[in-house]
Amino acid sequence: MEKRKYYQEAIETMPVEEIKKMQSEKLVRQVAHVYKNVPYYRDLMDKKGVKPEDIKGIEDLYKLPFIEKSDLRETYPYGMLAVPLADCVRIQSTSGTTGKRVIAYYTQHDIDLWEECCARAIVAVGADREDVVQVSYGYGLFTGGPGLNGGSHKVGALTLPMSSGNTERQLQFMLDMKATVLCCTPSYAAYLGESLKEQGYTPDQIPLKAGIFGAEPWTQEMRHNIEETLGIKAYDIYGLTEISGPGVSFECSAQGGMHINEDHFLAEIINPETGEPLPEGTKGELVFTCLDKEAFPLLRYRTRDICVLTREPCPCGRTHIRMAKPMGRSDDMMIIRGVNVFPSQIEAVLLAEGFSENYLIKLGRANNSDTFDVYVELRPEQFDDSVKNITAMEKSLANAMRNMIGIGPSVHLVPPKTIARSEGKAKRVIDERNLHD
Amino acid sequence: MAIRQLSVFVENKQGSLHNITDAIANAGINLRSMCVADTSNYGIVRIIADDPEGAKELLDKDGQAANVRLVNAFAVPDKPGGLASVLRLLEGNGVNIEYMYALITSESGKAYSVMRTGDTEETDRILVANGIELLDESKLH
Ligand SMILES: [Zn+2]
Repeated sequence: MEKRKYYQEAIETMPVEEIKKMQSEKLVRQVAHVYKNVPYYRDLMDKKGVKPEDIKGIEDLYKLPFIEKSDLRETYPYGMLAVPLADCVRIQSTSGTTGKRVIAYYTQHDIDLWEECCARAIVAVGADREDVVQVSYGYGLFTGGPGLNGGSHKVGALTLPMSSGNTERQLQFMLDMKATVLCCTPSYAAYLGESLKEQGYTPDQIPLKAGIFGAEPWTQEMRHNIEETLGIKAYDIYGLTEISGPGVSFECSAQGGMHINEDHFLAEIINPETGEPLPEGTKGELVFTCLDKEAFPLLRYRTRDICVLTREPCPCGRTHIRMAKPMGRSDDMMIIRGVNVFPSQIEAVLLAEGFSENYLIKLGRANNSDTFDVYVELRPEQFDDSVKNITAMEKSLANAMRNMIGIGPSVHLVPPKTIARSEGKAKRVIDERNLHD
Repeated sequence: MAIRQLSVFVENKQGSLHNITDAIANAGINLRSMCVADTSNYGIVRIIADDPEGAKELLDKDGQAANVRLVNAFAVPDKPGGLASVLRLLEGNGVNIEYMYALITSESGKAYSVMRTGDTEETDRILVANGIELLDESKLH
């Protein structure tokens, strides 16, 4: 039997005009539902002077107020709920690393559509009911495990509900049960790969053929390493608990961005400073509107992720819009000499060029212009006694950064362990520009 | 014969130098000579010691950037223009000098120079061929 290419072909390859028509119809219904059942959002709309009848289709989306993470904190725990609690069958929650936890509610309908999205992602990596899917994301409040678990069931694959941790057991089940698809965070995939390598396994002895990795940022470099040690093709998946969980978008075999499941989630790119919608192909903040979720239907939720959308036709045949891997968080965005710069871009260059990721960005003012200095720790093995080579490395790093972000910093290599490490999140940017104005 | 030199990449800040020398001395390794090259951001400390590999291992364990390499060391001819004549000789042979410093030994009456060039082996050959007296590492111990 030939392998299926899509989980839901009619939807995944629907002509763009039909997708837009479907989105418009769903949006009108959804706005009415939220206005009626979520007093908090009704107030936001009233304050903006927008009535449900002003929203006639997706072209009116811009009229709606945004929902920010702070709104979710303010309405904790029930304030965004749009159905009676008795209609809900599940909650999931964020880790709460950046403040209070967010609790998301699901009706059975919401769970089904979420799991369908994950099923599409699993089929997109070439898996079907003959496959064995090892789910090594955490199970529980975290959406990773439950989402991929449900998606794998829908595909009809044999699901190994491993959850995260206990590496010995992970490897034993992977090898004994001949898992063909691994779902986990990219860092855990890299760790499992290293452990197998240490135990003497070569890629051809590992049954896996594909991996679905997400829930944390990862680089092209990591992708290559994982693919090499495990002998698989590694695919990206994106999602957030506020919108549903993993599977909001997923990578297909063409690997040119992640297809957003547009029948459920309407995506926009806005200017993070002004909130103005930006045209397709422009870099900005990603905003999602849930089109047919019942319990927790966020409208125009600001993800803080910065990325680009494209509707260029994809060789895989799917027509849904694609998003690039997020290149940073709008909270971290710096504007240097008028150019948007993200610490993650600096990190990507350091990783690609084989440098340590202990770095510090210093911004200042001189001669009515921004100064932009990047300090990077030299790794011990990179030192070869030569000033000439240090200067050459500084220049090549500065060039690579200029190519990545459009403006070139002054790069300064410094000895190992000289950039301060603080508890928790490292301080990566010192901005002294306002001290000089 | 070229000799081994230890170099360490350090912060250009007070204290970083004697942190290194203390660590080496505490391990019972003798420092014969030392020179510091600094820029506005960092310094490179170059050390001739009687156990450079041992000193590097010590610094490696501490996570520091240390390197052991061969450099040329020779006795400066004891006559006017002695050093200049060696430099002219190397320049005439197309040798590119990256850095150079003086080395003090207890052996009386002789001044030594240490240099890193673009090609240590070739430099060694030129010096020997021209009868320049080289410093042997064994003389340091
Ligand atoms: Zn595609």
